[in-house]
Amino acid sequence: MTSFLKSREALLALAILVLLAMIASRFPAFVEPASLANVFNDTAPLMILALGQMVVILTKCIDLSVAANLALSGMVAALLNGMGVPLPLILLIVLALGAALGAVNGLLVWKVGIPSIVVTLGTMTIFRGIIFLMTDGAWVNAHQMSDEFKALPRHVILGLPVMAWVAVVVIALFAVFLTRTPLGRSFYAVGGNPHAAVYTGLDVGRTQAIAFVISGTLAALTGYLWVARYAVAYVDIAGGFELDVVAACVIGGIAIAGGAGTVGGAVLGALFLGVIKNALPVVGISPFWQLAISGSAIILAVAFNARQGRKAGRIILKSAEAGA
Amino acid sequence: MSILRKALTTAAMTVALMAATGAHAETKRIALVVKALGIGFFEAANKGAEEAAKELGDVEIIYTGPTDTTAEGQIEVINSLIAQGVDAIAISANDPDAVAPALQKAMERDITVISWDSGVAKEGRQMHLNPSSSALIGNTIIKLAADHMPEGGDVAILSATSTSTNQNIWIEEATKVLPNYPGVNLVATVYGDDLADKSYREAQGLIATYPNLKAIIAPTTVGILAASQAVTDAGKIGAINVTGLGLPSEMAGAVASGATKSFAIWNPIDLGYAATMLAYNISNGAKAEPGASIPMGRMGAATLDDNNEAAMSDPFTYDASNIEQFKSIF
Repeated sequence: MTSFLKSREALLALAILVLLAMIASRFPAFVEPASLANVFNDTAPLMILALGQMVVILTKCIDLSVAANLALSGMVAALLNGMGVPLPLILLIVLALGAALGAVNGLLVWKVGIPSIVVTLGTMTIFRGIIFLMTDGAWVNAHQMSDEFKALPRHVILGLPVMAWVAVVVIALFAVFLTRTPLGRSFYAVGGNPHAAVYTGLDVGRTQAIAFVISGTLAALTGYLWVARYAVAYVDIAGGFELDVVAACVIGGIAIAGGAGTVGGAVLGALFLGVIKNALPVVGISPFWQLAISGSAIILAVAFNARQGRKAGRIILKSAEAGA
Repeated sequence: MSILRKALTTAAMTVALMAATGAHAETKRIALVVKALGIGFFEAANKGAEEAAKELGDVEIIYTGPTDTTAEGQIEVINSLIAQGVDAIAISANDPDAVAPALQKAMERDITVISWDSGVAKEGRQMHLNPSSSALIGNTIIKLAADHMPEGGDVAILSATSTSTNQNIWIEEATKVLPNYPGVNLVATVYGDDLADKSYREAQGLIATYPNLKAIIAPTTVGILAASQAVTDAGKIGAINVTGLGLPSEMAGAVASGATKSFAIWNPIDLGYAATMLAYNISNGAKAEPGASIPMGRMGAATLDDNNEAAMSDPFTYDASNIEQFKSIF
């Protein structure tokens, strides 16, 4: 119990509660259950993407192409819908597409050995370029989407929209997957100590490639949810969202150097950003300050991370330690 | 281009110059530089530019722009156009000041430079064509809201970014005319950064914060769509009217659902057409100076003010009665 209270997740949860209390003092309606459910629902895409990103970061990589993958998959979903393809089939095709896009990243990292930041920086632009080639820059708008296509993420079950439930299911699956399966544990092993991982028979590159496929698949899932929810698809949707995703992971205590981090941390990190994003419009803070506030929160979290993660270090020569 | 062809072109030009007939030996290459490729509004402007080119006969349109709305991207595009030696650049700028030095360089090389839609600082262009006058747009967006709230009430503005040149001027003009609409009470101005998700959240925030809100005015295409969706999802159709500036093809769904009763936009086709005509005429010797009147084909003539700026026409209101007709155009 005491170890839980000292854990990063508990501190982050506490920070979110303090944040909510501060917001409530200015705008009490924000903490009503319906409003909180709305915040959770709104943050669902960020949570899903953060979990995908977390797996990639665990293996010492980074996936900057998630938002572009989301946009491409979302556009393909919208276009398929326009052709009259039934929704279940659309979802299958889009998830396969997302996995394939992730595999492109993964294979380039694994087989060609290019650093992941370079690979995904490239594919990020390529994916958005592909959307442009497919559509000539045209938008797919609400009246061009079927009602069924738009309704699914909004459909309310037990007080929460389907989009929020999708996030809940993904979180639950990841909690089991990362702690209870050999593959889940291998992500930690590969990122924590790649050399040791090789000696235990793990293929580092292959594990990294699998992480990218997972991240890509989740990005595609989010792509459909995003396009259906905002009822619009165009080249620039979710522009810059990859940085929010990485920020959510960093705030959630996923070590950027790999090998450490929890599902709870990533989810809370995403929620922390989600609460800020949803609260800023209602608490009446000048829009000129909003970006600065979001940015400060990220830096504070990283600074905190760095302090906590610093190893105590072994003192070898007492006299030298005193001298320094 | 082969050396032979280059030599021939030079010879042809020399002959043309010596003949001094005033006819153009070469086609004019006019570059239409937009904020970013892939935005419906600018694609429509390109249609208008092509229409002008067809009408003029000896014009080739180069439709170009960066892939995202950054000044840096536009500067690269401008530099490459200078290298290609185009005859004229007509630009809708992402930043009024940042692109000015590159455009000055273009003017030094005898390239005609005009800005349209989103302006460039005075030293960076020969003239600027506003789609409409900012005062008229500011008035129109308030009027659109007032038309559908006879008893008056609260309205809020959902803009693009807090640094968008256009939106800020329109909002300033809109606040000036507010006293003419006694029932209309402007309660807030928020910024959705032209991102669908942020605009949606800002609209949700407005709905939650102002229970008596009667209208959301969004003078940006991303914002008006996101706000319509937020109002629809909140079940507030009929209670809150979303209006502002949007494109018919994008707004058709919102008008059909009733979330938006009416909205306005100038005709981007006309705008691209007029910008091309102006660039062509200035490139052919028309003087861009205060007080000058430069013809722009079927759009009449542009009269320049002290800042070498001109307005094209009034914004046009779209509603359920004409959206079907326009949604397939742009």
